[in-house]
Amino acid sequence: MEMNRRKTIALGAGGVAALIGTAALAQTAPATTTAPAAAPAAPVTPGKTAEQWIAEFTGGAGVTEGGVELTAPEIAENGNTVPVSVAADGASEVLLVATGNPVGGVMIARFGPAAGRREIATRIRLARTQDIIGVAKMEDGTFRQATANVKVTIGGCGG
Amino acid sequence: MTSTHLAAAMLALTLAGTAPAQADPIDATEIVINDGEIALPTRAPAPAYLEGVLPEVRSGWLYRDEATRAMQMDDFENPGMVFADLGLDSWETPDGTQGKSCADCHNGIDSMKGLRAAMPRMNAAGDNLWSMENFINDCRVNRMGAEEWGWNSAPMKNMTAAISLQSRGMPVDVAIDGPAAAWWERGREMYYTRFGQLELACANCHEENSGKNIRADHLSQGQINGFPTYRLKDAGMVSSHQRFVGCVRDTRGETFKAGSDEFRALELYVASRGMGLPVEGVAVRH
Amino acid sequence: MAENVKPRVRVPDTASAGDIITLKTLISHQMESGQRKDADGQTIPRSIINRFVVDFAGANVLDVQMEPAISTNPYFEFGVLIDKAGEFTFTWYDDDGSVYEEKQSIAIA
Repeated sequence: MEMNRRKTIALGAGGVAALIGTAALAQTAPATTTAPAAAPAAPVTPGKTAEQWIAEFTGGAGVTEGGVELTAPEIAENGNTVPVSVAADGASEVLLVATGNPVGGVMIARFGPAAGRREIATRIRLARTQDIIGVAKMEDGTFRQATANVKVTIGGCGG
Repeated sequence: MTSTHLAAAMLALTLAGTAPAQADPIDATEIVINDGEIALPTRAPAPAYLEGVLPEVRSGWLYRDEATRAMQMDDFENPGMVFADLGLDSWETPDGTQGKSCADCHNGIDSMKGLRAAMPRMNAAGDNLWSMENFINDCRVNRMGAEEWGWNSAPMKNMTAAISLQSRGMPVDVAIDGPAAAWWERGREMYYTRFGQLELACANCHEENSGKNIRADHLSQGQINGFPTYRLKDAGMVSSHQRFVGCVRDTRGETFKAGSDEFRALELYVASRGMGLPVEGVAVRH
Repeated sequence: MAENVKPRVRVPDTASAGDIITLKTLISHQMESGQRKDADGQTIPRSIINRFVVDFAGANVLDVQMEPAISTNPYFEFGVLIDKAGEFTFTWYDDDGSVYEEKQSIAIA
């Protein structure tokens, strides 16, 4: 596929595939290429959305509400460090996604035979006020989920 | 209306628009850590020089939200403790041309018990006010033959965290008389001096308006008994001088440097405003 | 190996057979998300711990795939069923190829 700069930029505005193309092009560009002085920064390749994460996790299977306990503060004083826990009795794996983050996925935790509870707590980054979703894959192969809204205040005077 | 006055007016409006639910610190009298293993008082009577100014002195922990408070109530949930651990590692690691570690002269780090509570204080020669960072660098350069650590460098903050932890629970007790009196006076002067385009003094936020909200921030008394502290905003350890820099910058002012005469004087004065509060070792703030 | 990385785990010395104990782990790590830009406007490359695994006495407890939304200095809390004495292995995998491992044993009281 032949691409000149103009085409790349035009495509870049078009979607994820083109952005990936841009990144690939940047990597394979000959070392002698000099960037114009005002070249924009390399775009941050957007990650999969929360929806895409859930679709991959469930393989497209239906998800029912309930049976998952998602614990998070209603208001987080700082979005850098938000305590969250996901618990689901009978789950073999849990997926946590953040619908308002640039990258939707937060973690996938798989419980092994020595797990004492089907529960995991961690601390996460939330870019803004948003819903977080915990999806559990149950041992019988079904999927369940719970949603929580976290309001993120941009607190913390100064640096 | 000049832009400065406009900004000040907007600030006043913001301060006035405080949500009642968050207008005051919580009532707790103690920070109970590790299920009761340690209990740190959160309040102390105001020292004589703050009579009529503050009803009592209070830990900044009281002003934080539940999730932030919880992180300080368990040494395993407190992310600052991992940096104190790193400080302890370097306490025992030789460095510099003399091949010595801190432990070679000072033995166990528990020999530092009480130091944090008395910081900053006059140096041995009695001609300068030193923060803990100055004492550490004096050892490094003159006894160990090692390079100075930057005031806000990771190894320095790890070390001050490890040393501060040895004084956890001991009441802040800084000397403000004798040769330190002039430094204290200078710090007090700074506390009430308005800086920056917003023309804000420390006292405007942390004395006149503590307990109120400035935008999304619940203003504390600005106590430093919990420093160095793990700050969620920075996701790392923060020294008191680093915080002073942030505050002055927020006034849209030119800040002094961490470790400067100005900030050491201010550190002494602000420490003295928390006289009687316990050293929190490594606190967690937002 | 990233600098200033140190794991912190606490396992009780003993437990009764059949107990479910709660473990907390923390590791100091900057968890650079790949979303930030430096002063020149260039994206700072992602550098995170991407996987955390806990095993006990040869059996897996937990295997976590971690994304950049996990906070700096990653913290986890979870339960483990103690049915016999044994050794815990905690393993963190860094994007840069580093592997940080910590082992602690527990006895049956």
